[in-house]
Amino acid sequence: MSSKDEERFEQVYERLQETVRRLEDGSLPLEEAIEAYETGMALVARCRDLLTQAELRVTRLREQLDSDG
Amino acid sequence: MSARPRPAMFVYSVGQLVTYLRELLETDTFLADVWVGGEIANLSRSQAGHRYFTLRDSIGSIRCVLFARQAAMVRTALQDGTRVLVHGRVALYEQRGEVQLIVDFVRPEGEGIEQARLERLMAKLEEEGLFDQARKRPLPHFPRRIGVVTSAHGAVFHDICHVLERRWPLAEVLLADTPVQGDAALAGVPEAIRRFNALPDIDVVIIARGGGGAEELAPFNDEVVVRAIYGSVAPTISAIGHETNTTIADLVADVRAPTPSAAAELAAPDRRQVLSATEAAAMSLTGAMSRAIVERNGHVEALAFRLPALLPPLEKLRWSLEDAERAMERAALSRCAALGERVAGQQMALAALSPLATLARGYAIVQRADDRRLVRSAKDAPPGTMLDVRLAEGAIRAETVP
Repeated sequence: MSSKDEERFEQVYERLQETVRRLEDGSLPLEEAIEAYETGMALVARCRDLLTQAELRVTRLREQLDSDG
Repeated sequence: MSARPRPAMFVYSVGQLVTYLRELLETDTFLADVWVGGEIANLSRSQAGHRYFTLRDSIGSIRCVLFARQAAMVRTALQDGTRVLVHGRVALYEQRGEVQLIVDFVRPEGEGIEQARLERLMAKLEEEGLFDQARKRPLPHFPRRIGVVTSAHGAVFHDICHVLERRWPLAEVLLADTPVQGDAALAGVPEAIRRFNALPDIDVVIIARGGGGAEELAPFNDEVVVRAIYGSVAPTISAIGHETNTTIADLVADVRAPTPSAAAELAAPDRRQVLSATEAAAMSLTGAMSRAIVERNGHVEALAFRLPALLPPLEKLRWSLEDAERAMERAALSRCAALGERVAGQQMALAALSPLATLARGYAIVQRADDRRLVRSAKDAPPGTMLDVRLAEGAIRAETVP
């Protein structure tokens, strides 16, 4: 079972899109813009990692249920 | 009735008899769900849209009614002389003591019972809204847990994993292994879906099996199986057989895929596309950042250009300062000269008043030697007083004598 706080690609990607939107809007104060840029670039790196390092996990439900309980 | 002990000579009313008959017919499960083949005769239609006809064959006949609501679902044209298969339940029309068939579905007899059964189920489920486009749920963009309902044996599961491995390895694939043909599938497929319903965070469920004949695909036309698919908590993708065989499972699924591999492709995005979208986002970020800097730089430059014009006129100030300095200098010089003249005048006056000038004329200044007091009167110098006498040139010490 995966834990709830595990990083989901969808969430990381959504945060990236949101950051790009905020920065493109152009109304951020400079310090916040720089912060947003740094955050965005970190999210890009995280997305790249998640996309390139992932391996498909295959679970047989019956076996999993058996071992869980 | 004969089986029941009853008092002799008991008389029933007609109403009691027909009510008993009605209850007898209506509690019979066989009569409640029956398919009958025969030829239509005496067809009529009421104002309310109900159809009445007789269904007959060489042996007998039975009165039939098709109510307007069900008639709307029946697409087969009713006509005297047409041979049809009808579905319905047997009931008693109490007012006439007449047995009749309450029909809810009609198909041409030539189609065969399996097809007629299928058509009826489809009509029923459609009426209930199980195929409604409005109920079709969107598939998640980035699924994390993908449930697969299929057999662990055979190529289907392998094909699905292969596609997901290539496209979206971020996902976790859960297999609910179940037979996908024969009677075992009738219980197995609903059970597999129930298991996924009990798990948290299943983003999408693929129900798949390979191609096969009508008989092999039959479980996916079964009402229980179809309702289980409809009841899936997660959105469903069906991939049953080949594209040419449509099953009812395909109609209730949120999305229908032509093959199991295609189902896997619909279930997840392509990692390479998402990766290039990520790179595009990175470029947007950098672009937006440099625009933000260039823009602010422009503002700074514009202000820097305007700033000198906004300053007070320093040059002028400096000039007037220099003027003032020169004027002050001039004033100071002339004042000094004037003072110098006055000093010279005072010097001359002073010289004229100097006691030395008086001494030069032969006078002397007499002072007492002890306290240097001027002696202006003889009383100031009693005998024996030591005196200093100051002359024009030099001084004499003297002593008064008695």
